Amino acid sequence: MADRAESSNESSEQRQAWQEAYDATPLRDGPFETMSGVPVDPVYGDAPFPGQYPYTRGLHAAGYRSRLWTMRMFAGFGTAEDTNARFKELLRAGGGGLSTAFDMPTLMGRDSDHDWALGEVGHCGVAIDTLADMEDLFADIDLGSVSTSMTINGPAAMIMAMYIAVGENTGVERSALAGTIQNDILKEYQAQKEYIFPPRPSMRLITDMMQFTSAEMPRWHPVSISGYHIREAGSTAAQELAFTLGNGFAYVEAALAAGLDIDDFAPRLSFFFNSHSDFFEEIGKFRAARRIWARWMKERYGAKSERSLKMKFHTQTAGVSLTAQQAEINIGRVAIQALAGALGGTQSLHTDAYDEAMALPTEDAARIALRTQQIVAHETGVANVADPLGGAPFVEWMTDEMERQAEDIFAHLLDIGNDSILEGAYMGIDNGYFVGEIADAAYRFEREVNEGRRIIVGVNDFTEGDSGERNLLRIGAEVEEYQLKRLNDVKQRRDADAVVAVLDRLATEAKDPEINLMPTMIEAVKTFATEGEIVAALEDVFGTYVETAIV
Amino acid sequence: MAEEQIGGQQLRVVLAKLGFDGHDRGIKIVARILRDAGMEVIYLGLRQSYKNVVNAVEQEDADAVGLSMHNASHMTLAPKMVDALAEAGLEVPVIVGGIVPDEDIPPLMEKGVAAILGPGASAEEVATTVRDAVAALQ
Repeated sequence: MADRAESSNESSEQRQAWQEAYDATPLRDGPFETMSGVPVDPVYGDAPFPGQYPYTRGLHAAGYRSRLWTMRMFAGFGTAEDTNARFKELLRAGGGGLSTAFDMPTLMGRDSDHDWALGEVGHCGVAIDTLADMEDLFADIDLGSVSTSMTINGPAAMIMAMYIAVGENTGVERSALAGTIQNDILKEYQAQKEYIFPPRPSMRLITDMMQFTSAEMPRWHPVSISGYHIREAGSTAAQELAFTLGNGFAYVEAALAAGLDIDDFAPRLSFFFNSHSDFFEEIGKFRAARRIWARWMKERYGAKSERSLKMKFHTQTAGVSLTAQQAEINIGRVAIQALAGALGGTQSLHTDAYDEAMALPTEDAARIALRTQQIVAHETGVANVADPLGGAPFVEWMTDEMERQAEDIFAHLLDIGNDSILEGAYMGIDNGYFVGEIADAAYRFEREVNEGRRIIVGVNDFTEGDSGERNLLRIGAEVEEYQLKRLNDVKQRRDADAVVAVLDRLATEAKDPEINLMPTMIEAVKTFATEGEIVAALEDVFGTYVETAIV
Repeated sequence: MAEEQIGGQQLRVVLAKLGFDGHDRGIKIVARILRDAGMEVIYLGLRQSYKNVVNAVEQEDADAVGLSMHNASHMTLAPKMVDALAEAGLEVPVIVGGIVPDEDIPPLMEKGVAAILGPGASAEEVATTVRDAVAALQ
């Protein structure tokens, strides 16, 4: 009885604390009532409440009543000028956040005139070779008043150096730059495979960037730890959760080892998850992610600041779930996945376009995707109540189950890493643990679909009704021609001696792990050294990663 | 086993990804499907050059080459692979799997690609396509 009284005391204290936090939060315009006019409370159920440790129920006391999630749609194609025009349209339409996709050669740290770049330039995103392209990409955009998200990993340091240089050349101090660079190299070895250097020197570049941004760029998020690609490569929901958070802990350990203070950098780490079709599993995963992060940051890594404990994440619907067959029905899948993201408490959301199984989205399909999340936000009422599913037995069980499975995986990483998650991550990359686990899960799923034990609508059942009509976005060959000419022109005009000198210096500094490479990297891009040249200079010191092919 | 063998030999298939594209979920599944169907699979991995593939086909005495493409680079890379094999005097079918829009199929076939496997192809379709492509060249 005494116990119960105590816990009910505690609970009423938490209730009061929640109420105070809620009352202090400015709310967006309601009405916070159902479409039939029934007023709803901002939260239901028991403590801990939204905004309270361990944040299973969300980061904010008022949930989406204070602010809806950010509808951040990813874009990038063709030349820098093409994407610049798209950015300006987005800004005119009221968007404040730019999200940049780069083409494959750029993502791999190679120039547009590389042998393998043929047929890839400007295809899956924008092509960036030199600072000149970056200047075109952000031409006439005030970098001091937008936030820019850049999805790039292997050559993140070079691209960020270019962004800083564009800012400085247009009179915007680096301290005023706001945004995120994905820069999550561990999941490249595990899933997405866009690596350049081996893991350890790559990690040095990342800690250099964390150090540099901690000191000089308070509005910048230097790493976005991403499970999205792990899931797309075929992992289960729990593996996505565990590998991603494991990578997060690895970055924390690397930054601590580099002498950074946890409460200096941890608040600026952010996450990126996939939202797949198994509704409750996804919601459980999102809720478990916040709880695990908060507990580990507090208990294992000794974070003191509340901001270090709060996991912020972006969500994207599952591209891999989109079917080429009867592509229109993907709209239904995306809606359900978007709803799971909202119920899981995401900070921002990208909804996939229904035609993305076959190519980059057409403009119409991208508009429908955005409209889909607007329906979730404005018509369904889910944004009126914080963590509306909290307390439901199945949802709480699923949250616990996701956490339990993730903890098993952390235990394995600690085991193979001699009590270090960072070492466990290196070891798991080396010995094929991550790629093997992901490939096993992908094959298991495929077999179930193939044997008809799992139904994918339009693929192995309900297959009638495919019109076969596809209206696909195509990138013309003129993009490649333009970009090659542009690269050549820049090379003709620059001071070649200055390029050689700065690259030599960069290579020398790379040999000394005590030196932060960012300042010289910024100088290098300002000489119009190409991304590929900078990468090559570092490869001479760091080496090149080659994956052991494992089936 | 008999049906996986032509002329008494176990089929040997070289699988590879060319260029920058790192999407390897599909090709790894295909590797296991072909293995489960009794074939011998030589998976070269990511970022292979035409030359690497040609060498592997020669050294392994392979019966077929499977490429996986997810980056819209199939129109550029697949015909070059076909040409590289032909130049080396190797008569093996090239099968392309991955994301290939319907209208790209006829021009690819015209340039010598033996078969194309789209998303959602069943395990049986995958194995049959490889067998048929090899048989067609015998």
